[in-house]
Amino acid sequence: MEVPILKQGSYLIATVQGALTDADLLELRAALLERVVRMRSQGVILDLTALDVMDSFASRTIREIADMIRLRGAATVIVGIQPEVAFAMVQLGLTLEEVTTALDLEEGLAYLNQKSKEARI
Amino acid sequence: MVRKRNEDVVVFTQNTTIEATESNQTAPRLLRELVAHLRQNRTPLREEWVRRITEAQLLTAMSKPEIFAEATSVYDSYVVALETGTFEALQNYARSLSERIIPRGVETHEVIGIVLLLRDVLARSLFAKYQGNFEELNRILDAYEPAANRIANTVAVGFVQERERIIRQQQEAIRELSTPVLPVRERLLILPIIGVMDPQRARQLTEQLLHGIRTNRAKVVVIDTTGVAAMDGTVANHLVLTVQASRLLGATVIVTGLSPEIAQTLVTIGVDLNKMNTAGDLQGGIEQAERLLGYKVIPIAEAS
Repeated sequence: MEVPILKQGSYLIATVQGALTDADLLELRAALLERVVRMRSQGVILDLTALDVMDSFASRTIREIADMIRLRGAATVIVGIQPEVAFAMVQLGLTLEEVTTALDLEEGLAYLNQKSKEARI
Repeated sequence: MVRKRNEDVVVFTQNTTIEATESNQTAPRLLRELVAHLRQNRTPLREEWVRRITEAQLLTAMSKPEIFAEATSVYDSYVVALETGTFEALQNYARSLSERIIPRGVETHEVIGIVLLLRDVLARSLFAKYQGNFEELNRILDAYEPAANRIANTVAVGFVQERERIIRQQQEAIRELSTPVLPVRERLLILPIIGVMDPQRARQLTEQLLHGIRTNRAKVVVIDTTGVAAMDGTVANHLVLTVQASRLLGATVIVTGLSPEIAQTLVTIGVDLNKMNTAGDLQGGIEQAERLLGYKVIPIAEAS
């Protein structure tokens, strides 16, 4: 299932619509990394509200996406992880240590706005 | 029921139709005789029973008139159960009796004790009545004993079931009470933990907290463990997982009031303490949370 990527101001929003295969994840990674520079985005929001399973590959890929986007000059926020998914993840040791997380899209946008405001100062 | 009914035994051993029909008629006759005997001697037998109960120091939580009143009802349902062979009424009575006496601290051994006493009292009265005729006594005991055992069983089981039901109900109530997730300020939740943490409670706590974060859109959560004396490695580990899962939902967790014992457990299981925000007490935790949320609390005098 392809993940649509929307441009919202200086941010990119990728909303996952359902279960993702490994190939989908790699495709998503490539698309995000390409667009983040092409669209001169400052931040990327990855919305996982519709995701009800997260395996180690997905978790690792998400961490890689965040790291790579940082190297491409933007920030990443993961939003909308479901409570059950969150607990299943930490039980498997997938804690997304270095990645910023937020409750939902609104929180994610607030975080990015705050961050760009700080950057301007 | 351990013993076989009278007629079954006869049919099985002697296998003659004449004998069988004869005893098929005798068994109900004996039971009727037995019931009539118990009805006739209702007052003396009841009194004897109550005397034995008091003597054995059972039901000390109840007064004598109360014991007598309950004894009368039990006696009557006992006789009815013997007469009809149906135990529903007795079962219901046993349940309602248990409901009344459990809150007063009546113990299982007391209930079983009094039912067995009644059985003994009645058996003795039968001995006294049929002492001249040993065969008749044997037959009447054959009719009496299985029914009496079943009655004792019914009452005891009813009591224990009622007790277990109450215990389950209380456990449920304690569980619900034990993990309240309280919003104290916009986007700030407090989760006080009081009492012993077992794995089941820990799981429930996690579930409530994670859903609480979602519904209240919390950004900061203060988990206060002042009321927990100690927790084992499993539960401590669970607490750490809860902290990490909350972060995945975008909330920061501050753990406050960790006792020396719990601190020791956390260090022993090797938790990466850099990932955990902690404060000495709940007050410190709330102050830290307010700073994270951008609140500043100042006295009114200073503000004006």
